[in-house]
Amino acid sequence: METLEQIKNRAELAARGAKIDIVANTGPSQQSSLLIDNDHAVAVAQFLRDHPALGFDFCSNVTGVDWLDRTVKKTVKVKQTVDGVEKEVDQTTEEKIPGYLEAVYHLYSMKHKHGPLIIRMRTANRADGARLPSLTPIWRSAELQEREIFDLYGIHFESHPDLRRILMWDEFVDHPMRKDYRDPDDYEWEPTPHDDVLERAKQHYTPRPTLDGAENITAP
Amino acid sequence: MGEIDEGLRSELQRQGVWVTSMQELYNWGRKNSIWPLQFGLACCAIEMIATAASRYDIARFGGEVFRPSPRQADLMIVAGTVTKKMAPQIVRLYNQMPDPKYVISMGACAISGGPFKQGYNVLKGIDRYIPVDVYIPGCPPRPEALLHAFMELQRKIDSQKLSGADKAGFLKPEQPSEFPVPAFGEHDLQPPANPDVYHPPKLERV
Repeated sequence: METLEQIKNRAELAARGAKIDIVANTGPSQQSSLLIDNDHAVAVAQFLRDHPALGFDFCSNVTGVDWLDRTVKKTVKVKQTVDGVEKEVDQTTEEKIPGYLEAVYHLYSMKHKHGPLIIRMRTANRADGARLPSLTPIWRSAELQEREIFDLYGIHFESHPDLRRILMWDEFVDHPMRKDYRDPDDYEWEPTPHDDVLERAKQHYTPRPTLDGAENITAP
Repeated sequence: MGEIDEGLRSELQRQGVWVTSMQELYNWGRKNSIWPLQFGLACCAIEMIATAASRYDIARFGGEVFRPSPRQADLMIVAGTVTKKMAPQIVRLYNQMPDPKYVISMGACAISGGPFKQGYNVLKGIDRYIPVDVYIPGCPPRPEALLHAFMELQRKIDSQKLSGADKAGFLKPEQPSEFPVPAFGEHDLQPPANPDVYHPPKLERV
């Protein structure tokens, strides 16, 4: 398989105006991925599938990721002159990154027996802007998995042929795989609670009576 | 068999006279011909199938006639994870079974939600909506455990009274044999538990 840089350059040439970033993975798996802009995602996907040397004809897995709002602190050593003496001072800058949702596609080529190629798309935000183009017209196998992402993460896939909930019932309004999902309070019977479960189970405990007669017992 | 003396009874039996009561005969017949409802929800169902197959052979206890229709079944074996999406269908099946009917809650999931208890989509025990007669813990319980539960249920049937104030529940007209089917709500099933059926122990802790 070609390197990610080569695939990125080819795709950017083929789909005019497409902007592709490489999301590096420095972990042991070394599986870096391509971040594709939403406007050209379908064109890029079509290129990846149809190009004779790439031929990614099999979409094995589609999944979602929820990224909450976060602040990243960066500490940089800056040389400052204080009272005529040059010193190294730590300067901390905070960067606020707004949250977004992500869809991750794992692509393989049956023809050339290579892969996986991992491509990602990001939504504008986690509320009404949680929209992405559907890649079901390119890979049919993405249909059910995009429905699952819609169900559990709440990403709306535009031009998806049949975007309904798949695991939860239709009347359900939440998206349970989002990190800020809070499940309904049915913690009335927890025999071995701990951590978060203990906190929620405590609200159902009957309070211990303050006076139970034991305080009147004295040693003879 | 409250009236006749046990010693007299065995003495009569030695002379070739067998004395029994209507209740004993009736329960003996019922407990040795329990027809389970044929349905499975998860991996516990595989163990239930193994119990019905030749090696463990639930036929030895008279329970081999798995019925595909709730109208013909006496016993519901809730074998596996009950998701919140499936729970209304389970209650509906239970309601369609004729009295007398019994429920075995098989495995950790059917008892309490098991390993999925803190998940978002699994019901925390089928006893929130329907009364359960025998619980079998295990993940999944072995066929021996299901047979044990089956024998426990037979013991329970054998001890049920047909008359008097403490007669079996299914003979009391005021005892409900159907329970409301929960509806799909926006965040959870509505209601999340049937308060007439589900009585969790009150916890008193500090």
